[in-house]
Amino acid sequence: MTVSVEPTTATPHRDQTEQALRPHAEQAFAAELAALAAQDDRPRPARWKLSPWAVATYLLGGTLPDGTVITPKYVGPRRIVEVAVTTLATDRALLLLGVPGTAKTWVSEHLAAAVSGDSTLLVQGTAGTPEEAIRYGWNYARLLAHGPSRDALVPSPVMRAMAEGMTARVEELTRIPADVQDTLITILSEKTLPIPELGEEVQAVRGFNLIATANDRDRGVNDLSSALRRRFNTVVLPLPESADAEVDIVTRRVEQLGRSLDLPAAPDGIEEIRRVVTVFRELRDGVTADGRTKLKSPSGTLSTAEAISVVTNGLALATHFGDGVLRAGDVAAGILGAVVRDPAADRVVWQEYLETVVREREGWTDFYRACREVSA
Amino acid sequence: MTGARESTAYDAGPLLLGVRHHGPGSARAVRAALEAARPAVVLIEGPPEADPLIPLAADPGLRPPVALLAHAVDEPGRSAFWPFAEFSPEWVAIRWALDHGVPARFIDLPATHTLAWAREEGESGAGGHEGAGGDHPTGADGHASGSDGHASGADGHASDPDNHEPGPDDQAAPGPGGRRPGPDDAGEVRVDPLAVLAEAAGYDDPERWWEDVVEHRGPGADDPFAPFTAVAEAMTALRERYGAGGHRDLVREAHMRLRLRAARKEFGHAVAVVCGAWHVPALRERTTVTADRALLRGLPKVKTDVTWVPWTHRRLARSGGYGAGIDSPGWYGHLFQAPDRPVERWLTKVAGLLREEDRIVSSAHVIEAVRLAETLAALRGRPLPGLGETTDAVRAVLCEGSDVPLALVHDRLVVGDALGEVPESAPAVPLQRDLARQQRSLRLKPEALERDLELDLRGDTDAGRSRLLHRLRLLGVGWGEPARSRGGTGTFRETWRLRWEPELSVRVAEAGVWGTTVQAAARAKAEADADAARALADVTALAEQCLLAGLPEALPVVMRVLADRAALDTDVGHLAQALPALVRSLRYGDVRGTDTGALAEVAAGLAERVFVGLPPACAALDADAAEEMRAHVDAVHTAVGLLTESLATTGGEAGGASTGAERAGGASKGGALSGGGAGREVGGGLRERWRGVLRALSLRDTAPGVIRGRAVRLLLDDGALRPEEAARLMGLALSPGTPPAAAAAWIEGFAGGGGGLLLVHDERLLGLLDTWLTGVPADAFTDVLPLLRRTFAAYEPGVRRTLGELVRRGPGDRPGGAAQAAAVPGFAAEPDTARADAVLPVLRLLLGLTADDGTGTTDTTGMTETTDHGSLAGVGT
Repeated sequence: MTVSVEPTTATPHRDQTEQALRPHAEQAFAAELAALAAQDDRPRPARWKLSPWAVATYLLGGTLPDGTVITPKYVGPRRIVEVAVTTLATDRALLLLGVPGTAKTWVSEHLAAAVSGDSTLLVQGTAGTPEEAIRYGWNYARLLAHGPSRDALVPSPVMRAMAEGMTARVEELTRIPADVQDTLITILSEKTLPIPELGEEVQAVRGFNLIATANDRDRGVNDLSSALRRRFNTVVLPLPESADAEVDIVTRRVEQLGRSLDLPAAPDGIEEIRRVVTVFRELRDGVTADGRTKLKSPSGTLSTAEAISVVTNGLALATHFGDGVLRAGDVAAGILGAVVRDPAADRVVWQEYLETVVREREGWTDFYRACREVSA
Repeated sequence: MTGARESTAYDAGPLLLGVRHHGPGSARAVRAALEAARPAVVLIEGPPEADPLIPLAADPGLRPPVALLAHAVDEPGRSAFWPFAEFSPEWVAIRWALDHGVPARFIDLPATHTLAWAREEGESGAGGHEGAGGDHPTGADGHASGSDGHASGADGHASDPDNHEPGPDDQAAPGPGGRRPGPDDAGEVRVDPLAVLAEAAGYDDPERWWEDVVEHRGPGADDPFAPFTAVAEAMTALRERYGAGGHRDLVREAHMRLRLRAARKEFGHAVAVVCGAWHVPALRERTTVTADRALLRGLPKVKTDVTWVPWTHRRLARSGGYGAGIDSPGWYGHLFQAPDRPVERWLTKVAGLLREEDRIVSSAHVIEAVRLAETLAALRGRPLPGLGETTDAVRAVLCEGSDVPLALVHDRLVVGDALGEVPESAPAVPLQRDLARQQRSLRLKPEALERDLELDLRGDTDAGRSRLLHRLRLLGVGWGEPARSRGGTGTFRETWRLRWEPELSVRVAEAGVWGTTVQAAARAKAEADADAARALADVTALAEQCLLAGLPEALPVVMRVLADRAALDTDVGHLAQALPALVRSLRYGDVRGTDTGALAEVAAGLAERVFVGLPPACAALDADAAEEMRAHVDAVHTAVGLLTESLATTGGEAGGASTGAERAGGASKGGALSGGGAGREVGGGLRERWRGVLRALSLRDTAPGVIRGRAVRLLLDDGALRPEEAARLMGLALSPGTPPAAAAAWIEGFAGGGGGLLLVHDERLLGLLDTWLTGVPADAFTDVLPLLRRTFAAYEPGVRRTLGELVRRGPGDRPGGAAQAAAVPGFAAEPDTARADAVLPVLRLLLGLTADDGTGTTDTTGMTETTDHGSLAGVGT
């Protein structure tokens, strides 16, 4: 699950004919991109639709000289966006790392939209992603009828991006099996894709680049080989900086989910949400919110996305089995499940946290009791 | 050529080189300007008392970073530092003058006055913070491009009474003296002229602006004087707009002008001045000698001494306490040293460091990092990549997005480990004076002859001696070593073996880095040691030392480190080891009346962690590990007992401590709750929870027998477990299904260590044991024997004999065997009055009663009340 930090103030300029559930970035923000392009007088790298400065502005937001307001697409440190844009400008592939819910996909989509004007050259990484998805496949009917030729070739998004000098995107790179990942090495270092069947090759045109996203805390992923890793500049997208920002994200997302599940909005839920977010943040950061006490961190990721699911579950519990008000007891079991992933080590971490932090915190007595109950 | 330059250099009067202190670009520019102008004398902002020390700078034994240290002769704690790094423009100017045989002079207001100012403030009750603020009402001095971090760093420090007296703004006080205020100074509203200039240029960060405009300008500009002219003009504009600073600035500038006039009289027109850029317009000003003299009249004075002391890059850094306010001395040093291509060289250096730490970094990485840094600089509109750009590049390319190796880079390269050196010919450091003074007042002469010293800590002098010796030990000056006391084990006695070796003087000089008084130095050293300590036990030992040395001010830092270490340590053994020492310190602190609230809080937290971690840690242990764990259980048990008492008695004090923490900011309600009024309740709760842990252990099948047995025994001794329950548990542990070896281990845990009296008195337990032992199969008996022998051999001979007799007599032989179960174990069912009577004569003797006046006197009544046995009272009447 991915939570984008999509600003509510964004006013997508939908095409009248556009009926898609979710338009692409370049469609939704076409007006902003056009305004930026019109006023962008800085040098642009080959085949870039905008200059790096304009790309950074597109992501971070701002006001153009003519008064056009560019909405911020990414809310977070400026440094991150600058490094990302610069990486693309220097011809290096960009790897966006982060735990789920840090807007990796969102940033990659908007970068591609701003740089190449097209965010659709996308390879979705899964455990079953084959080599063909990254290199090329064959149209077997044609292949059998006419023999091997360029016409029988089905290019992958990466291959098309190379041929046209566009930005390709690879989602969830670490989920792709290691041998398939390694097909990217030649593409990224030699900037060429050989087609031995035809004795040809596709050479990347200037402007080609690749943005990959990966989850750095999940278990069971295929870690990148150092050869591949070396070809990327890595940018780690941080978790929301402040508790307030995170509570905000969780609340908004829970509301959206709750609506689709026909759960009534909990009136007093905000306190409980704040508590869940606090627990998650403290355990994740290994330090209490006041910064005075260090804590051990459990093995789970404890991402914002998990906090959302804990709250949604609690809300469902409260609605169907409780009095409709989200209470400590409704989220306690969910939190325990999210924190204790490794029964031995994590349980100690959790107990320590309960006994040294939660027990003494003012106003948390009900929460402490509820947690003791489910932990016992 | 040179002649032509010279003529232009001195056209407008003396050559005034306005710099930013510790700016590498300024340093380079100063060198170029001096080379071009070839002055006959170089005047430098700094205390004139240090003039005789300037030639020492040519000594190869003097290696920057170093600092000029001025201190009041009779009060070494009152001091001021003028740090010099290799890349400081002042240092460059000094070296240039020495290399070219040109005299160099310091021209700032003498330290004798600045230190006296500081004293006045201290006496008039103005805090260091306020004082420093009053010093520079516009903040101009401290901020104007750091035009004054140099000298005012000294001011700020000197006017900081907290240097030797603990106070609330201890941390914040050095800030205002720094080049610009740290974040903790946010409360003070000031105008920062540099920020105004930067804003005018479209920069949001004044540091960055200065770096781009001045520091990053490469050499080879056509006119070596141009940057100084530009800066001087800007500063003039600023001073016109924002005023020239406070009274003290005017006084200092008046003094500089006087010295400048004197120098021109002596050396002619070829005079160069290196000073903070902020002062340049003031030196250019035309004032009369009389007016300047008037400003300087009637300044307070204090007898002052100046010397060179070694300095470190870490102390130059802002985070370093007496910081000169430079975030990145290592980076500046690099910028200054690198002959060309600073970015490429820097990134190569970073790559080298990462390789040393076994990270795979290839040259291709470095190439990409350089490209990224340069493009990033272009994107951000900077002429050259600065530290920010290179850091971003290092993170994205060399560190794969991780901040962990980046922290290493920051610590080792950006700040750096550089350590200055000072030759032996430098004058004595104030620490030596302070030590000598204390030796005099405590009548403790340094003697080469070894001798033992007995201290009775109840006396003031002896307590002072003990503190001094402990502090010196902390500083690594091993004058006295604690020795085993001959006269018993009282906590108020200490024995020391004293011996003053000549090399200890050298150690004292080395320790001068840490501070100017023994106390301040020991404190700084303790805090640094705490940060550097690796093992948890080291930190607890340090806490104990701090208490012994009477350094409660260092405790907060030590405690913070301790709490952090404890939180992250996953080995319960370490925690269990640390707890007793900590509790000991707590008790000891009580004896000395130190505020141990923080200590109590940490100890309670540590105990909690042990409680949580102990049961899981007791699973799957082999015999040796189990034995070790049993020792931990014992130690924790004792510690919890002591801790509970301490918490109950110090509830009030702990409350005081937590308000202290609140004052320091960032206190949570939880903290107040744990340390404050809840002390008693927390203490009682601790003991209860510990018993819960012991109970859990005693029932846990996966725990080794020796630990289970021990847990039962501890609970029984505490009265938390009824004897019948203990007997039941023993029966369980010794039931036929249990392997004999495990059962023997249980017995060892239960009966070992604490003496065998329990078995003597509780025959039922003995009977159970006896039954089990006779039931052990013959082939298993040889396995069990060593364990049992180990257990029972530790008993005293008398106990062993009694046990043997009891066993020989066998169960049921005793009179009233059935009734015994109801009686208190160890006591007969009926009191034996005849035996009780036999004691009476002795009791009478002890109480001073005659044989017949016992009846009805208050004494006997008292006796009756205090004794429980009716038989005794009856005899009395």
